[in-house]
Amino acid sequence: MVITLNGESYELDQPVTVSALLERLDIDPRRVAIEHNLELIRRRTFETVVIKDGDRLEIVNAVGGG
Amino acid sequence: MDTPFVIAGRTFASRLIVGTGKYPSHVVMRQAHEASGADMVTVAVRRVNISDRSRESLLDYIDDTRIFLLPNTAGCYTADEAVRTAQLGREAGLGDWVKLEVIGDERTLFPDNEALVEATRILVKDGFVVLPYTNDDPIACRKLEEAGASAVMPLGAPIGSGLGIQNANNIAIIREFSKVPVIVDAGVGTASDAALAMELGADGVLMNTAIAGAQEPVQMAQAMRHAVLAGRLAYLSGRIPRKMYATASSPVEGMVGR
Repeated sequence: MVITLNGESYELDQPVTVSALLERLDIDPRRVAIEHNLELIRRRTFETVVIKDGDRLEIVNAVGGG
Repeated sequence: MDTPFVIAGRTFASRLIVGTGKYPSHVVMRQAHEASGADMVTVAVRRVNISDRSRESLLDYIDDTRIFLLPNTAGCYTADEAVRTAQLGREAGLGDWVKLEVIGDERTLFPDNEALVEATRILVKDGFVVLPYTNDDPIACRKLEEAGASAVMPLGAPIGSGLGIQNANNIAIIREFSKVPVIVDAGVGTASDAALAMELGADGVLMNTAIAGAQEPVQMAQAMRHAVLAGRLAYLSGRIPRKMYATASSPVEGMVGR
């Protein structure tokens, strides 16, 4: 299955939870916010929300800015 | 005697707010932050770099027990985009304060005041403390205040231009009009610009490029710290009126040989 992750195609073997995907990407869940199919998802649901084929995911964090 | 610098009930030790962008390195940024004495810094909210996870996180270089983080909505061109970005920042653990930017033009990065007022209203309703980056327009600032902004942040000059305060009179009028803190945001090029902003009565100054882009960012951060303090003290001290002709400083009586 293929998802769109931060605007790029990303392949996954099977549907995974948001938590599992973050772990696989080596991303600290405490420092990011995520939009799943344009909906902001709450941190407490990272364990339960499942990412399926064709889903769009935006993962953002703090970067330098003025 | 100075009064404390308070925004939305929170007291800050420094009237200088600095950015986290465009520094030569994270280490230099941290040193510049220390030299500036700032206890509030701005950050942007952007996509995580998925392909290269080796890059260190910006937040590893900011002591957030001492420094308050102010996420911005830089790069947003509509109220919707700005609201969405602010909400993402909050969810990313960056708190419920936001430096609200809604840009109206790519070349000047001037704000779209109509969209800014709209986004301010939405975010205030959603529980945010909103600090909008706005034009140096007293009426726009008044509308933002009415929409619930906790401070107004008029530009001194276009972002990153280093042109200094282009309309000093407007900044002074905005100060007079506003019940909320006035923070001059953008346009500062060097220390005298920051001092002037404070002399005009601004409650604070926010800058990024003037420090990060200087040849010696850490030293410039120190200069800005002094400039903001000097400008503030001068403002509080009540400057002398401007006069066209000279008034002697030394006694005119008792001249030798007269």
